[in-house]
Formats: sequence, structure tokens, C-alpha cells
Amino acid sequence: MNKRETILMKGADAIGEAAVRAGCSCYFGYPITPQNEIPEYMSRRMDEVGRVFLQGESEIASINMVLGAAAAGVRAMTSSSSPGISLKQEGLSFLAAMELPAVIININRGGPGLGNIAPSQGDYYQATRGGGHGDYRMPVYAPATIQELYDFTMESFDVADIYRTPVMILGDGMMGQLVEPIIVHEREEIDLPPKDYILNGAQERPSRIIKSLILDTREMEEHNWKLKRKYDLMRTLLPRYEEFMTDDAKLVIIAYGTAARIAKGAVKRVRSNGLKVGLFRPITVWPFPDEAVLSLTKKSKVFLVFEMSTGQMVDDVRLAVSGRVDCEFYGRPGGIIPSPQEISRIIERYWMQKEL
Amino acid sequence: MKKIFSRPECLKPTPFHYCPGCGHSILHRLVAEVIDEMNLRGRIIGIPPAGCAVLAYDYFDIDMCEAAHGRGCAVATGFKRSRPECIIFTYQGDGDMAAIGTAETLHAANRGENITSIFVNNAVYGMTGGQMAPTTILGQKTTTSPFGRRSNVEGYPLKITEIISTLPGAAYVARTSLATPAKVMATKKTIKKAFETQLAGLGYSLVEVLSPCPTNWKISSIESFKYLEERLELEYPLGVMKEVTTEKGS
Amino acid sequence: MAAKGTITIDQELCKGCELCITFCPEDAIRIADGLNARGVHPAEYVKQHCRACTLCAVMCPEIAIEVYRE
Ligand SMILES: Cc1ncc(C[n+]2csc(CCOP(=O)(O)OP(=O)(O)O)c2C)c(N)n1
Ligand code: SF4
Ligand code: SF4
Ligand code: SF4
Repeated sequence: MNKRETILMKGADAIGEAAVRAGCSCYFGYPITPQNEIPEYMSRRMDEVGRVFLQGESEIASINMVLGAAAAGVRAMTSSSSPGISLKQEGLSFLAAMELPAVIININRGGPGLGNIAPSQGDYYQATRGGGHGDYRMPVYAPATIQELYDFTMESFDVADIYRTPVMILGDGMMGQLVEPIIVHEREEIDLPPKDYILNGAQERPSRIIKSLILDTREMEEHNWKLKRKYDLMRTLLPRYEEFMTDDAKLVIIAYGTAARIAKGAVKRVRSNGLKVGLFRPITVWPFPDEAVLSLTKKSKVFLVFEMSTGQMVDDVRLAVSGRVDCEFYGRPGGIIPSPQEISRIIERYWMQKEL
Repeated sequence: MKKIFSRPECLKPTPFHYCPGCGHSILHRLVAEVIDEMNLRGRIIGIPPAGCAVLAYDYFDIDMCEAAHGRGCAVATGFKRSRPECIIFTYQGDGDMAAIGTAETLHAANRGENITSIFVNNAVYGMTGGQMAPTTILGQKTTTSPFGRRSNVEGYPLKITEIISTLPGAAYVARTSLATPAKVMATKKTIKKAFETQLAGLGYSLVEVLSPCPTNWKISSIESFKYLEERLELEYPLGVMKEVTTEKGS
Repeated sequence: MAAKGTITIDQELCKGCELCITFCPEDAIRIADGLNARGVHPAEYVKQHCRACTLCAVMCPEIAIEVYRE
């Protein structure tokens, strides 16, 4: 493929290509629908570029292979979907504790349990609240277009290296399957901190240890505070969001990922009927763009959170606005993809109810 | 006077935290001696387990990366695939290797992952206080098999080394014991052989080492070495179970 | 004629497991009367008839023993 070109690409392939061009040296993963196109793409592409593709025997094994590769100092990634991401939580906790960079693609499907293979946003809590055990956080990007899927997958490798942290890309089956024209570009070189922690044999240097066991409680507390300082820095520097027609909006619909695409369609529809409605779309769901949400309360008095779940991100929105505005919720869990018409009807209902 | 026995160079001067008479201590020394003798310090990476040996990195003066309980072979795979020039070994207890980590172990072996596992079989969970292990022998009392292990309730001792020896990806598979000085020396030779197998790129190598846990066997050190020889070695026969000497095609 | 040698025991490292004593073919090691800082009676070398066979050191878990040959 050329340096920079516009091509039609499926979400899963965009993820794979972005990872390859971000310099990902190792992919480890275990098949699960609806994300199998990612390992399938990687199995071909990584071979082409002479890098490592390995199908692990489970998600647990795969995330631990990623951990080994990250500790060895190379860029590594894995991908999975809900039940598989559950199995990766132990590994995520270890990556966070050991401060190792890694990229995890999470193509959310219907749950709990085996659930189904339809697009869902039911894993927001798991993704944004750490998921694994212990006091850690993890940057989570929720792209809504294939271009974003490409760009943020690429960028997440840098974020992982800069902060020495696992980074998650949160999508759903819809994002994985969608085909859109995108600009495929190379990664921009940026200054990254030296990888002075990696293990490659103690050749003419003191030996190194990578570990998470800290038996001394004071030391463990210090490590927790150190991580916290890092997370605070991320909270200031990483939040991203998109605002669409919010300038004069009396009602703002808040949605991310696939739900935001639907909501955008709905906003366009109701706008054509003269309703002043806008869309706020968190791009990072951790750190949540709470300051941007808060400043929206100066303009708009009604927030409507729409998720393809029974309501999870709505908690973050309510925390961000802390009672300043009415925060309503509409959800379709279980793998249902509502139409923009359905969402515009909901918007219209609130518009009437709230006498906007 | 010539010094003919002293501490290996790639062990730090830190005293071991292990119980008196613990096999982990002897085995650490053997592994360190082999690393010294094969001059591997600058290219070897060790993966200690969750288990009594979790603090192995406090003793070995080599690069070491902790693995979650049972995940050693997966972590080692990640290392080896990204740094094939490095020598990678896992150091795992029986619970780590043959219970929670069975899948990772078997599949790494079956892929012919070019890594080495040193598997310390003491027939109990040492670190957590002497509970039943997959390798606990029939009749053996532990804190969770207080009546002695019964085949109809707790099942049979798992011989993961024998299982691995049947896998085409495994290149060198052996079981040794620490029961006597001769067996200790043989264990060292076996570990050397395993590292040589990895250096030659022949595939997965595994050394199971029968090792005493006097604390959880609730007997003296001396008695534990006898028990090792008289009981454990009966259940787990010593020897080389597999040895591949030439590289296989793909 | 068998080799002659001597050993040193770092008594502070010793945990008193007695493996060296059990495996020494010459009865050249015994348990000391005194205690070390760990509170155990450490092994001590009986200054005679060591044949520098290293068996004690091979079995000593604590690497407390060094062996010298004449
Ligand atoms: C996921 C998980 N489950 C349980 C434990 C607790 N745990 C730590 S070590 C261990 C077993 C240790 O036994 P073994 O592997 O035989 O090693 P030994 O201590 O005997 O050397 C267990 C159950 C853990 N650390 N992680
Ligand atoms: S509990 Fe057993 S295995 Fe663990 S250090 Fe003590 S003797 Fe060794
Ligand atoms: S070297 Fe041999 S003879 Fe000398 S003290 Fe040790 S075991 Fe005994
Ligand atoms: S073997 Fe080592 S630790 Fe045990 S008694 Fe002898 S010197 Fe002490």
C-alpha cells in the first residue's frame, strides 16, 4: 500500500492496517465473533511485513503474550470481544501495575454471558472502570467512524508508550463491519520516552525486574499514588470529544461510538423540523471529557444520554453535570440498533415534555 | 588451597527467604550455575511464577519478569517471539504449571515454543500454606485433603511431564530429583541440556524437578529428602522422557 | 589417596537444616552449640578429615558452604 491514499476499508481492516503502520510488532489473539476479521487481517499482513502473528490458546494466554512482548520492549496488541475481554482482565491489571504499554481492541457484543454477536455498548463499565482488579485506570477510545478507528488505533500505540499503560479501543460489531472511505496514512514520528525498563538480557548493564508484587504496604501505597499522578495527567491531557450543532442547542444528546452515529442522524432530522438540538460525543470514554460536558450546561438545559445499553455512561454524564441540568436517558440494550427515526421520536418527546 | 565450590556469580548476595531445607534454594543455585557456565547472563530472561518462588527476581542477577499465576509460558512466548535471540525460561511450581496454567503450558509445548520450563514439583501448594496440588500423591495429606488424597474424590496425581513428552513440539523433556547429591548434580546437567536445546532452536524443553517442601509436608528437612526419594520418586519416575536432536521441518 | 580439603560455613546464612551433615561422608560437620542471628544452631566444620568432595555444598540450600581443595 502507498504512503497516503483514500480507500474503502472495513473497520476491522482499518484497525489492522493502522496497527501495522504504527509499528506493532506482535499480534496475539483468540477468535471470537464479531471481531474475527481483525486476527484474519493480521495473520496475512503481519506475515507480509515479517512480524509476529500468533493465535493464542485463549484470551488469557493472548494478553499474557502481549505482556511478554511489551516487557521485551516491542509494540504489541490483542483484540477480542466481550466474553474474551472478561478473560483478559487479569492481564490488563498486571499491565497497568507493571506499567507496560499495550493496545487492546474491544469489539463489544451483546451480553451478559455469551449474549449475542450483535453490536452493544454494555461493556462501558468494564472498559472505563478498569475491569480488572486493583486501583488502576486505562485510556479508552470510542471511535465512531472508520477513519477514527484507523487514527485512534494508530495513536493508541503512542499513548501506550508515552504513559506506559494499556490502551483500549472500544468499538462494537457495527464498527468492525462498516465499510467507509478513509485516508490511510503513515504514523507521524513523535518523541517518545526512552524504553529504559525493557528486558532483553542484562548485557553490560545491571539486571532489571518487571513485577507487580509489592509486599511492603507503604511501597504499594506509593506505587498507587504514582499511578494516580499518571492518571491525573491523562485526565488533563487525553480527553477528546466532538460537538455537533451544540452552539444554540436547547437539548443535547450525548452518545458515543455507534450510538453517536445514530444520534447524529437523529439530530439532523429534528433540526430540519426546527428543533434546536445538538450532539455531544465523547471520543475518550476514559478519561471522560467531563469539563466539556460541564461547560455545555451553560448553553443547554436538557441532556439526553443515548446508549446501546441500559445506561452506563449516563452515570459519568450525571457526575459531570452534578445536578445542574436534567439528564435523561434512552437505551436499547441486547444488540438492538435503533434507527435515527426512533431516536428523533425520543428527542421530540422530550422536547415537548420539557416544553423547550 | 583452591576454591572449588562457591556462590554462582549470577545470584545476588541476598540470603534466600525459603524455609530451611527447601528445594527452591538448591534449584535456584543450580540454574544460576548453569547460566554462569554457559555464559548466558547477558541474554537470558527468567519468568518466575506466583508461588513460593515469586521472589526469585530478588536472587537472580539477571533480567526477570513476573507472570500472573500459571501464565508463565504465555509471557515467555511473548518474549521469545519478539526477542528470539534471548534465552527464555519459566520457573514454575506444580500449581502454577499443572493446574491454573495447564493450558498455557501444554500449548506452548505443543507449538514447540523455543523456551525452557523449570517445573518444581513439591506435590503441594507451598506459598498458600500447603493445600492440595494437582501433583499431590494418593493418600498424601494436605490442608485441603485432610484425609489424604482420594482418587474417587480428588482424582489422580497429574503427570503433566509425561503428557508433554507425547507432544511433537516438545524437544527435551526430563524429570529429575533433588534427593541426593548425585541427583542434584544430575538435575544441573539436565537443566544445561534444556538450555542447550533452546540454544539449538529445537523446541520446547521441560525439566521437572522433584523438590522437598519440609514445611508443608510437616516433616524435618532430612525426612523430607527421604520422602522425596522413597515416595515421590515412586509416583514420578526419574529420567529423560524425550530428546530430539535435530530440527524438524515446518 | 583421597584429596584433602577444607570448607568454610557462613553461619549467618545457615538455617540448620542439617543436610550437609547428613550427606558428608566424613562426618566433618556438626551442629554448633551457639546460636546465630536467625536463632538457629548453625552447622560448623569439624576441622579434620575433609576430602573436598563438595557433597555438603551441593546439598546446602543456603549456599553457606565454600569448599577448598589442597
Ligand atoms: C489467579 C490466582 N489464583 C490464586 C493465587 C494464589 N496462589 C499463589 S501461589 C499458589 C499456588 C502455589 O503453589 P505451586 O504453584 O505448587 O508453587 P509452590 O509455592 O509450591 O512453589 C496459589 C494458589 C494467585 N496468586 N493468583
Ligand atoms: S513452603 Fe515449602 S516450597 Fe515454600 S519455601 Fe517453604 S519449604 Fe519451600
Ligand atoms: S567437602 Fe565432603 S568431606 Fe568435606 S565437609 Fe563437605 S561433604 Fe564433608
Ligand atoms: S546444609 Fe547449609 S543451611 Fe543446612 S545446616 Fe548445613 S550449612 Fe546450614
